[in-house]
Amino acid sequence: MVNYNERQLDRTFAALVDRTRRAILARLEREPSASVSELAKPFAIKLPAVMKHLDVLDDAGLITRSKAGRIVTVRLRPEPMREALDWLRRYERFWSKSLDRLAAYAENKEADARKKGR
Amino acid sequence: MTSLTLVRRICARPSIVFEALTTPHGIAQWWGPDGGPVLLAETDVRSGGRFRVRFRLLDGSEHESTGEYLDVVEPKRLVMSWQWTSGGEPDEGGEVSRIEIDLKRIDSGTEITFTHARLKTDVSRASHERGWAGALDKLVLHFSAQGIVDTQIRGCIEEYAK
Repeated sequence: MVNYNERQLDRTFAALVDRTRRAILARLEREPSASVSELAKPFAIKLPAVMKHLDVLDDAGLITRSKAGRIVTVRLRPEPMREALDWLRRYERFWSKSLDRLAAYAENKEADARKKGR
Repeated sequence: MTSLTLVRRICARPSIVFEALTTPHGIAQWWGPDGGPVLLAETDVRSGGRFRVRFRLLDGSEHESTGEYLDVVEPKRLVMSWQWTSGGEPDEGGEVSRIEIDLKRIDSGTEITFTHARLKTDVSRASHERGWAGALDKLVLHFSAQGIVDTQIRGCIEEYAK
């Protein structure tokens, strides 16, 4: 019902489909920033492969990279993830808001019925 | 395929909640994700009967859904099929989902358990086809503290008589 940015959603989910990329994002969720070599350390893959994963995450807008001297610092950019979660939870929002109003309406009716002594 | 369950405690007796869920006048008071108006509500509340609800969002867009009552036990249970016939979620392409509502009498009024199940979306279909089933579920669990089950319990101002 809400107009989501379909291309951004495609990029976000495509980025999240890979286990290594999810692990990188999960780590950046815990730590404010990390260097590329720190990020690469836990994985049994070579640095260029990690760089490729970072390219995908960067293209999807899920991370930012900044260079100072020879060190590239990577940070999480959570906005596209938030939108993806909103998309996944769109029905929850729909029904949650509806049930809040249903409750308010029914509680008014109950109060009316009690005033009338029923 | 995803499903969601919401649980609420409402300070009103089940018969009043059931009426709000099933009468056109009741539905007009609450149906929809924002404060936009319900434009049309039709209900034929019996097994095999149908409902139709059309509403407008605050952004001006109009949406309509219809379905069939599959099980009606007044004032305890309501099961209905559900699909968008206009607007709604285009990626569902007319898929039929299912809503189950159970009303339980409690001291303070009614506990409502609301489940919207068998929701199919392009992403969940694609995830099964491509063999990454479960990836999205894990994603939701990982990044959403709340998960997909939301329980909101609050107290009533006064305890209603049984």
